[in-house]
Amino acid sequence: MNARQVASVNDYLDAFRRVSSFLPGQQLDWLRESRAEAIGRFAQQGFPTLHNEEWKYTNVTAIEHGRFNLLPPHGSEFLSRLIDSHALLDSHILVFVNGHLEPGLSRPGKLPADVKLTSLSYRLERSPDDLEEALVTYPPPSAFADLNLAFMADGAYIRLPPGCVVKAPIQLLFIASEANLAIQPRNLVLAGAGCSASLVEHHVALGDISYFTNAVTDIVLDAGASIEHHKLQQESPSAFHIATVNVSQAAKSRFISTSFALGARLSRVGIAVRLDAEDARCDLDGLYLADGRQHVDHHTRIDHLQPRCTSRERYKGVLDGASRAVFNGRVVVHPDAQGSDAVQTNHNLLLSDAAEIDTKPQLEIWADDVKCSHGATVGQLDEDQVFYLCSRGIGESAARAMLTRAFAMEVVNRVGIPALQEKLDELLHARLPQRGTAC
Amino acid sequence: MLKEAAKLDELVSQEYLHGFVTDVESDSVPQGLNEEVIHLISAKKEEPEFMLEWRLKAYRHWLTMSEPGWSTIHHPPIDYQAISYYSAPRSRKDGPQSLADVDPELLRTYEKLGVPLEERELLAGVAVDAVFDSVSVATTFKAKLAEMGIIFCSFSEAVLEHPELVRQYLGSVVPFTDNYFASLNSAVFSDGSFCYIPPGVHCPMELSTYFRINALNTGQFERTLIIADRDSYVSYLEGCTAPMRDENQLHAAVVELVALENARIRYATVQNWYPGDKNGKGGIYNFVTKRGECRGDNSRISWTQVETGSAITWKYPSVILKGDNSYGEFHSVALTNNFQQADTGTKMIHLGKHTRSHIVSKGISAGHGRNAYRGLVKIARTAVGARNYSQCDSLLLGDRCAAHTFPYIEVKHSSARVEHEATTSRIGEDQLFYCQSRGLSAEDAVSMIVNGFCKEVFQELPMEFAVEAQKLLGISLEGSIG
Repeated sequence: MNARQVASVNDYLDAFRRVSSFLPGQQLDWLRESRAEAIGRFAQQGFPTLHNEEWKYTNVTAIEHGRFNLLPPHGSEFLSRLIDSHALLDSHILVFVNGHLEPGLSRPGKLPADVKLTSLSYRLERSPDDLEEALVTYPPPSAFADLNLAFMADGAYIRLPPGCVVKAPIQLLFIASEANLAIQPRNLVLAGAGCSASLVEHHVALGDISYFTNAVTDIVLDAGASIEHHKLQQESPSAFHIATVNVSQAAKSRFISTSFALGARLSRVGIAVRLDAEDARCDLDGLYLADGRQHVDHHTRIDHLQPRCTSRERYKGVLDGASRAVFNGRVVVHPDAQGSDAVQTNHNLLLSDAAEIDTKPQLEIWADDVKCSHGATVGQLDEDQVFYLCSRGIGESAARAMLTRAFAMEVVNRVGIPALQEKLDELLHARLPQRGTAC
Repeated sequence: MLKEAAKLDELVSQEYLHGFVTDVESDSVPQGLNEEVIHLISAKKEEPEFMLEWRLKAYRHWLTMSEPGWSTIHHPPIDYQAISYYSAPRSRKDGPQSLADVDPELLRTYEKLGVPLEERELLAGVAVDAVFDSVSVATTFKAKLAEMGIIFCSFSEAVLEHPELVRQYLGSVVPFTDNYFASLNSAVFSDGSFCYIPPGVHCPMELSTYFRINALNTGQFERTLIIADRDSYVSYLEGCTAPMRDENQLHAAVVELVALENARIRYATVQNWYPGDKNGKGGIYNFVTKRGECRGDNSRISWTQVETGSAITWKYPSVILKGDNSYGEFHSVALTNNFQQADTGTKMIHLGKHTRSHIVSKGISAGHGRNAYRGLVKIARTAVGARNYSQCDSLLLGDRCAAHTFPYIEVKHSSARVEHEATTSRIGEDQLFYCQSRGLSAEDAVSMIVNGFCKEVFQELPMEFAVEAQKLLGISLEGSIG
């Protein structure tokens, strides 16, 4: 580490010493220890550099040099109008302002009996019994996850009892309202056997402010559980967004994830799914739209640990301006995972000559009875399709806009929540070029 | 079925066929590496001053580097001071003038390998620049090639006789700072092949070099440089076998290809070095840097490789597509059995306009073998209308083997079209059953399916190699079912 990196790490160490006694759950020995270990690991490795293979294409020095306030204050502004504009129809909504749950702004609605939908800090203070296993079993996968563990102050705690069905989506709305904050939410979802629910993790901001979100979401699925996790990232254009999603799946469970990355100056989403028991299935879909000087990065990892699991992964990107996107999808089939079935695709549309895409689909296979494939493409709209539309009397730029939109909508159409689909439809409409790019 | 399986096991565990050591006295320098050794190597080869300087610069740079750790291969640490960096067969005063002058022991070695020089000379029409322990001892058809202006000789000869060409092109594709193993090679390379095709010449025969590692404990550091001048064509074959041995041998070769305007180079390799025994003991460590540059417009370079040997294969034959409309190709079959490890692939760097590249990689893993495809397709901002298609297929035979795919795709221009596809599967029970129900033995069925799997690559090989390649696969792959 050079002097600047050391100085930056020291800032975090100082901050940790200052704030650690105010963090929730300090009465718990295991959490105190884990936090201390995490900040220790972070101090040792520092922020990842381009020399780190996992971060080869994503430069985080801007985060490193940002001086963020690591203990965000509780928000007090009146935000209900903003919430109205982001809330999904008929959903159970928890609102977090600068990372802290705001019960006054939340609308949890009526939930089936025994479903726990509350804040993590509350659980850490009152009934932390089931948290140790969920929070610190697996070592954090990156320096950012270590930082989150060291500093996490709040987030959603969702416990679904076996067999329960939550029909309406649960929306976790994260609002950043002040500049220069480091917001580090930690969400925990414990899904009992055979239960089913869908979550929407939604990140928004109040105006164009610069801040740093470093979120971690842990999802544990018991046998036969079915969980959908839709992540909608609409951070402010000057913000940094780092997210880590860790999923562990028991037998016959089903996990569906979609990640929509629209905002932020720099964003990186890491999704790691462990197919821990037989016949589990996961579907990871994603769509990233980037423009201007945006940098958007997705790293996914699917571990097939047991026989007969299935994974499907479909990521798409549309890049304009001088934006840059990174996709890294890794599928690891472990030695005993016979009968694994994995398909992964990544398609990218480049609309501008200044845009850049770095894609790396990876297969690592240690078993023989498997069916695995991946594909990646980078290109433009199909000229034949443009010609077809033009021959039907549609102007060329309109035809291009139509095809670009169709390319992106494929991912949106797979979202099973009508209210969210509608919202995404609107967002795409606003984001994608209406007249297309001239050729 | 049981009986068949036993037979197959036997086939798979077949010991290395070309395992023997020829007793030729070696003229080696002491083990270890320092500037003195480099001075010694350069002096022994009577090199001009610029070569010595270049070697020393490479050595000093190498000292600042560390061994790369990003690949999926694992091996005990290599002690670079325990290697002898130069060994040449004891030569007579002026070296052999014709076949009759060549050490008979050496000729017998080639015969055992099925490379009888005189027969090749007469029947196959192949000019062989045989590299035996780092120094070329026989070159055939030289006169015939010389008539057309083609220079095909050992590297040391080229350094002495054509220093201007060597000076102009050496290190222009793989600079001495390129990577750890290339830097080491630049410092200590002993010999290799040099080839220059003058403008407008279509080389009438396949040029070929046989490499062979022999003296105990001598790492081989070959350097090959091929230059195809404007409007010329050359097809080059490289094939390797090595005697059986217990300890690991390091091999760090560098191959540089330069294709000028409208030129075309085809480079084919069949690599069958000692892979280690079935417990993973011994075997060659093969760390190779191969790179071609399509320097002129409309030039073409194609790499074809069949990798069946070596304990470790670490090589990424690459093409820099600098000239407009240039075309790069990579066709590869890599087979790993027992405890072999292969981390191989290609890099296609698109710089010129309308450049195209095509990648076909077939990996076969059996036993505890590990096979990784690692490739890079890079479309620079200047590469308007670039096109790439990559296909990487892996076949798994046995439940303890591994197949990995790591394609890197970096695109910086919107007019690029890049496609990558990869699949991994094993031979289906139904495919085997079908073949067997038609009267084929399990072993023939597997052989047939695997050869079909690799056909696309074999088609790219010149005739002589296609036969050898199929034979090589035949030795090591069939029995992995059962």
